[in-house]
Amino acid sequence: MITLNHYLVLASLLFCIGLYCAIAKRNAIGILMGIELMLNAVNINLIAFNRFLVPGETTGHMFAIFVIVVAAAEVAVGLAIIINIYREKLSSAVEDFDWLKW
Amino acid sequence: MSGMASPVIFWVLAVVTVGAGLAVALTRNIVHSALFLVLTFIGTAGFFMLLEADFLAAVQILIYAGGVSVLLVFGVMLTRHGNIKLSNPLNRYKITGGIVAALLLLLTGGLILYSEWEVSPEALREQESTVSAIAVSMLSEYVIPFEAAALLLLVALIGAVLLAKGVKHSK
Repeated sequence: MITLNHYLVLASLLFCIGLYCAIAKRNAIGILMGIELMLNAVNINLIAFNRFLVPGETTGHMFAIFVIVVAAAEVAVGLAIIINIYREKLSSAVEDFDWLKW
Repeated sequence: MSGMASPVIFWVLAVVTVGAGLAVALTRNIVHSALFLVLTFIGTAGFFMLLEADFLAAVQILIYAGGVSVLLVFGVMLTRHGNIKLSNPLNRYKITGGIVAALLLLLTGGLILYSEWEVSPEALREQESTVSAIAVSMLSEYVIPFEAAALLLLVALIGAVLLAKGVKHSK
């Protein structure tokens, strides 16, 4: 019998993997991948809460859809920024993005 | 199957998804990371199907496994790397980041296990398809957020195109 807790623990595991990926990656695209993992984990949480606590309603589904929309917008803009920075620095490692440090 | 899918499917999906997630974080080749990320997205879609969110599962595969991963692979392609086998290394925060992530996992895991949820008795029953319910609420209760999301996507994508194209400096 799979309960709500199973889904929540699984989602928090995925979220922490994504967090590790976002903290510990050197490549900016790797960091974006970590952020996508975290957003996915959040979506699992939202759907699981919707399914177990208020089945029949769609609030959790709507939230998940908006998370997906924002994630798609975020990854498009993020990649465009990375490509733009790459033109200037010829690198996609976050340690090289240090204009604001002096 | 009385509403709740079989535990075997859940555990298989959980092992595949978490394993692929770990591989995304630990692989040193960024193309492999992207491929494992696709596997994670498909595993998540499997969880959505287990949770009887059929529309979300389809959206997940279309947008994430189809769109976002292709965008990421294009990003990899457009930024040149010396040696692709070492293109996605860990930085100097690998130990600190691991500790932070493990602590957060312990914290959330503990909170989850100590919380008591009021699980609805309806949850044991098999649910109907969610597509029409989502359609109704999207065009009635959530119509303003729906339009705002459409505008956000338009603005973000135009902005992304402009940014990626680069500004031409006119003298």
